[in-house]
Order: sequence, then structure tokens, then C-alpha cells
Amino acid sequence: MTPTPSPQHPSGDNRFKLLDRTITKHHNSGDSLIEVLHAAQGIFGYLENDLLIYVARALKLPLSRVYGVATFYHFFNLKPSGEHTFVLCMGTACYVKGASAIQKALETHCKCKFGETTADNKVSLVQARCVGSCGLAPVAVVDGQVAGKLTADSAITRIKQWQEKSEEVPA
Amino acid sequence: MAGEVRGGARMTVEELHEMAEKEKARQDLFKNRILYCAAAGCVSCGSLATRDAIKKALKEKGLDKEVEVLGTGCMGLCGEGPLVKVQSDDSVYERVDEETGRRIVEEHLCNNKKVEDHLIDNTIPFFASQHKVVLENCGKINAESIEEYICAGGYKALAKAVTEMQPPDVIEEIRKSGLRGRGGAGYPTGLKWGIVRKAKGDQKYVVCNADEGDPGAFMDRSVLEGDPHRILEGMAIAGYAVGASQGYIYVRAEYPLAIDRLKLAIKHAERVGLLGNRILESQFNFRIDLRIGAGAFVCGEETALLRSIEGKRGRPRPRPPYPSEAGLWGMPTLINNVETYANIAPVINRGSAWFSSIGTPKSSGTKVFALAGKIKNTGLIEVPMGIPLRTIIFDIGGGTPDGTEFKAAQTGGPSGGCIPKEHLDLPVDYESLATVGSIMGSGGMIVMDSTSKMVDVAKYFMDFCVDESCGKCIPCRVGTVHIYKLLDKISKGEGTKQDLALLEELCVMVRETSLCGLGQSAPNPVISTLRFFREEYTSLLIEEEGFVSSNDGHDTQKKS
Repeated sequence: MTPTPSPQHPSGDNRFKLLDRTITKHHNSGDSLIEVLHAAQGIFGYLENDLLIYVARALKLPLSRVYGVATFYHFFNLKPSGEHTFVLCMGTACYVKGASAIQKALETHCKCKFGETTADNKVSLVQARCVGSCGLAPVAVVDGQVAGKLTADSAITRIKQWQEKSEEVPA
Repeated sequence: MAGEVRGGARMTVEELHEMAEKEKARQDLFKNRILYCAAAGCVSCGSLATRDAIKKALKEKGLDKEVEVLGTGCMGLCGEGPLVKVQSDDSVYERVDEETGRRIVEEHLCNNKKVEDHLIDNTIPFFASQHKVVLENCGKINAESIEEYICAGGYKALAKAVTEMQPPDVIEEIRKSGLRGRGGAGYPTGLKWGIVRKAKGDQKYVVCNADEGDPGAFMDRSVLEGDPHRILEGMAIAGYAVGASQGYIYVRAEYPLAIDRLKLAIKHAERVGLLGNRILESQFNFRIDLRIGAGAFVCGEETALLRSIEGKRGRPRPRPPYPSEAGLWGMPTLINNVETYANIAPVINRGSAWFSSIGTPKSSGTKVFALAGKIKNTGLIEVPMGIPLRTIIFDIGGGTPDGTEFKAAQTGGPSGGCIPKEHLDLPVDYESLATVGSIMGSGGMIVMDSTSKMVDVAKYFMDFCVDESCGKCIPCRVGTVHIYKLLDKISKGEGTKQDLALLEELCVMVRETSLCGLGQSAPNPVISTLRFFREEYTSLLIEEEGFVSSNDGHDTQKKS
């Protein structure tokens, strides 16, 4: 397969160059769509429509296929997430150890459901199927860090820290 | 695909032995080694801070040249992390924070006095009842060092296979060992390899299914993080046996540490020439690439997984043709689970007779379980097949936490079932678990106590299946939603006898008519809880005469 030059992005956004690197590495092959979407989400944070169009053109795939794959997999976000993310594990071990009570408490506290972001755009609540740290159940991944043996109170405390003084408490 | 040319180094079998000896000599330079668990569970309890504290304390005592500090794979007792081991006398410490780490250096290393209040008793059944084959290196070697793996006997099996054995001999050895697929279904591994070998195709592929999607299962993760080279070695032997030159590991995106370790392991193996062209001076070429999943449970199903590697939506297709005949890009493809590949090197090294002497005649070898839920000792265990469930739960697991009573053990995740206490003496092997309506599954074992309500448990799993159904076939896409609605109705105390009858009918229908394993096994948690805990359902029913609609008009389908 011969590598073809990627279309230039009119915005001049340098992040597209980074993405092009991944695309070229995979020889613009349509088989690498998932790898390219992983890279795109890693660089841009989420997959907005323009980005999907860009990927579709670079890989010479119909946009329907790119959109289909992006929406099929849970890992890909089509919407931007809040400043902080709280990923609560809802795996079996966490469920048995009371994750659903934590879920309810957080939804009440944040006034939004899991899968949504709070009105002030500070916190995104996300559910995970299992993060594989079952020994520490109930578990959450708080801004990329695994936090184990949670209770409803300790979970809310973490979120309050973000909400009250997000500048002083780095995650 | 297998486009780029990588590696270039050539290694001979002698150089492999030299490398092992050199590493042994390097390790012997140290008087002692402190091993800290660098698996995800312990890292999240702060084992890296512990490491830094230990290193600092060693430096202060002037021992930093004599004592090596290294991170290993999972040490097993994940609920009590961070775990630290002193190699000279095999002492394992639990809950080692920075302060305790310093005390280990000051008291144990300097004054030869063990830190008793954090010491784990090695003779407790948690350790004594286990039999480690797959996990033999986990918690003992530095997972990021190919030299340590080679020093521990790594890649010896690959060397033996490519230099002393013909591919059919390798397959025959695996067949005789009685090894069965550890992904859950238990298909004989040797048989599968034989089919792929005989299948016609210009290019064949070897795929490792590391899409450990069952909630409550973390065995594969621990092996990938703790001993990644063993998977590469197992896959390379498989490639040699079936005639494949390209391998793929399909690993979950949720396991970033495993991904990093695998990337590093592949790089190291390529650098020394254990992956690449003409491996160990044979005619055998083999490369491995990673493919990162993107969070779809159905991709654990083999045909869906293959589609996902091809960059498509992970939707299953009817079988036959099986992947062994038409898999990746239509070519013959061997798919095995992580734990299956982890068993290959020991079988080749120590022989099929040794392997089949472990476990039961029909289920040979060991099985790794991830023990979690309402149990004292949560963590990773490896036991011989056929061990009674009671031994796992009460001896190794230490029973349920004080004041509660064991109710059921759930195996096989959303595709499995619950085993109640009257079957505690059941031997844990493929056939016995099937007799009580559960499955071996990939190895998640969640213990439930009297506080768990079984209707809610069934509802929990059905919610999972509703969400994870790929939507291709109607029984699974629509059936699971309706099963969920009925369970929801019953759990709220609004269900009637007719609802229960409809639920049972629907479960059978979804099981019998779904396209792939996800749908076919989705009703299992309901069928299983109905079988053993029927009274929990009937006690919630209300009396109602006349016409009852199963659809109350509310859409309860969830989407996360």
C-alpha cells in the first residue's frame, strides 16, 4: 500500500500533524481505523464531527463507517468531558460491595446522571464495566488514578474538593 | 498488516543461555533483593511511593549497592496491598506504606528482625493451597526486563520447539497434555491448533484474546502485567506449530499498564531477535502487533474480535466457517486466550505427562481465579482443576467477612451462573460447573453473602447485557431488554405469576435463538438464580387475576 499525503487541515491546527503521523504509520489503511481513532481521541480529547470527517478522508473510508465505529465502542467520546472525570466501576465485585449506593449518592450530589457532566462543567460522571482492580472494590478511577475501597462519603469528598477549590488541589 | 520490517538482531540458542547466565551473575552481585508489587492493584494503593521510601532508606543506610529494589507482577493478595517481599527469606509484607517500607529496611535488613505487624504468614492456606504454573513468575521477576524472564527459564520452550521439534510434534505434545481453552468454553487447544495447521491459506494468523471483558475478572490483566514475555513465547510457539508468521494481541484499552508492558516486551524481544526473522537460527519468522480494544464486551467473542482487529465494528457473524478456517482477512486464524498461551511454555518445557498429572483427567492443569466480592482474602489465585469450591472459598479465600453467611459464588460473569452453598463440595472443573448451570468462564469468582438479593443480581447482569448487546440479532437486542423490564418489575414487587412464566419463556427463547455467545449465555444468570433461589422471586410476586401486560409502557433501557 502506498502512503498518500494527508489532506491539509485548513485551520492550521498543529495537532493534526501529530494525528497524521499515526495515519502515515499505518499506511492510510482503513484497517487501522480504531488505532487512528484512539490516537485522535488521545490528541484532541474527544472526537468531534470535523475530526471524524478528517479521519474518514485520510483513510479513504465512508464517513458512515467511521461514525459507526466511533459510536459502537464505549471508549470513544463524541462530546467533550468536564474538567475532571470520575469513573465509577460498576463491575460485579464493586456492585456486590455497594457501588450502586455510591452511584446514587453522587448523582444526587452532582445533580446529574452518570454519563453526563455537571452544569458548571467541572465534573463528568462516567460508569466503567470493570477496571480490573476488584481486590479494592468499590473502585473508581479519579482523573486517571485508581481509588479503592470507596464509600459514598469519600467519593463525595473527592468531588467536593474539585468543586470548591479546583485550583489548589491538583488531582 | 505485517508490513514493516523490524528487528534485525539474530540470536542463537547459545546466546540465549549466555544471556540467562549473565543475568544470574548480575543478580548474584546483590546480597538481597526487595520486590514490590507493581501490578495495577498495588500501584493504586501507593506501591510506587513505598518503593521510593525503601530506596531512600537503603541509600541512607548505605545499602543501595547491595540490595536491588524491583517491581514485579501481581503477588496475589490484592486486597491487602501494597505488598513487598524480601527475597532472601521469602518474607511477604502487607499494607506497606512509606513508613513500613522504611521499617523493613531498618529492622529486617539491618537488624534481621522482621516487621511482625505487617508480615504475612506464608503457611496460611491462601498460599499453601495454591499451585502456580501460569503465575509462577508473577511476583518474582521484573516484568519489564527480558533478561530476568530469560534467567527464569524464559524462551527455553521456544528454543526447544524451533530447534528440536517439528510443528506436528508441538501440536501432539499440546494435545496429549489435555490443555483446554482457558477463555471459558474449554475447547481442546491441541485440536484447535491441528485444525489451523491443516487449513489452507497463504498467510495464517495467531491471535491472543486479551479483551478481558467479564466484570470481576482480572486474571489476564495480572499475567499481562506480571509476565508479558510468557504470552509472547506462547504465541510464538503457536505460530511455529500452525505455520503463522504474524500474531496480534487484542488487549483492552482499560488496561493501560498491560499495554505499556506488552509494548516494551515486544520491543525487547525484537531487539534480541526472539521475535522477527529466522528466530534462533531456524527458518521460522514471527512478529507480534498489539491491537487496542475500545470498550465493547462483545469483542470477547472471537468473530467480533477479528472484525475489531480489522478496524470495524465488533459484530459477530454466524459460524461456521470458524476462524480456524476463515478468520482475519479470510485467512486461517488461531485464537486463544491469554491464560491458554501462558500454559504453552511449561507444557513444552516439562512435557505433556507432567501437565496432565495436575488437575483431573478431563480438565488438566491449573486455573487462575480472580477472587473478589464478600470474601476476606481478595486477590489472584491459581489452583489445580478439580479442587472443591469449598477449599477456594473457605480455605484460600478465608470465608466471608465476619457476621455474614456465604450465599453463592458467581462464576463466568454475565455468561455464567451462581453456585449456591449446597454445591460447595463441587469440584471446580469444566464439566462439574456445567452440571449446576454455571461455566468455568475466564476465571472471575465473585462471592456473595446474605446481603445480596438474587433478583437484583440477575437484574444487574441483564442490565450489562442490554448495554453490551451489539444489536445485530433480534433475540439478543430485544430479548435482553424485555428480560430486564420483567426483572425490574418483579424486583419492585409489581410482578405477577404470569410475568415470571413469561420471563422463563423468554430466557429459553433468547438462549436458543441468539446469534453469538453473548446472547446465548445472557439469560444464564437469570436461569441460574431461578434454579437455586426461586423463592426470592416468588416472594416478590403479587397476586393478580386477569389480563396482565408484560410491557408497562416505560422504557427502562439504560444507555451509559
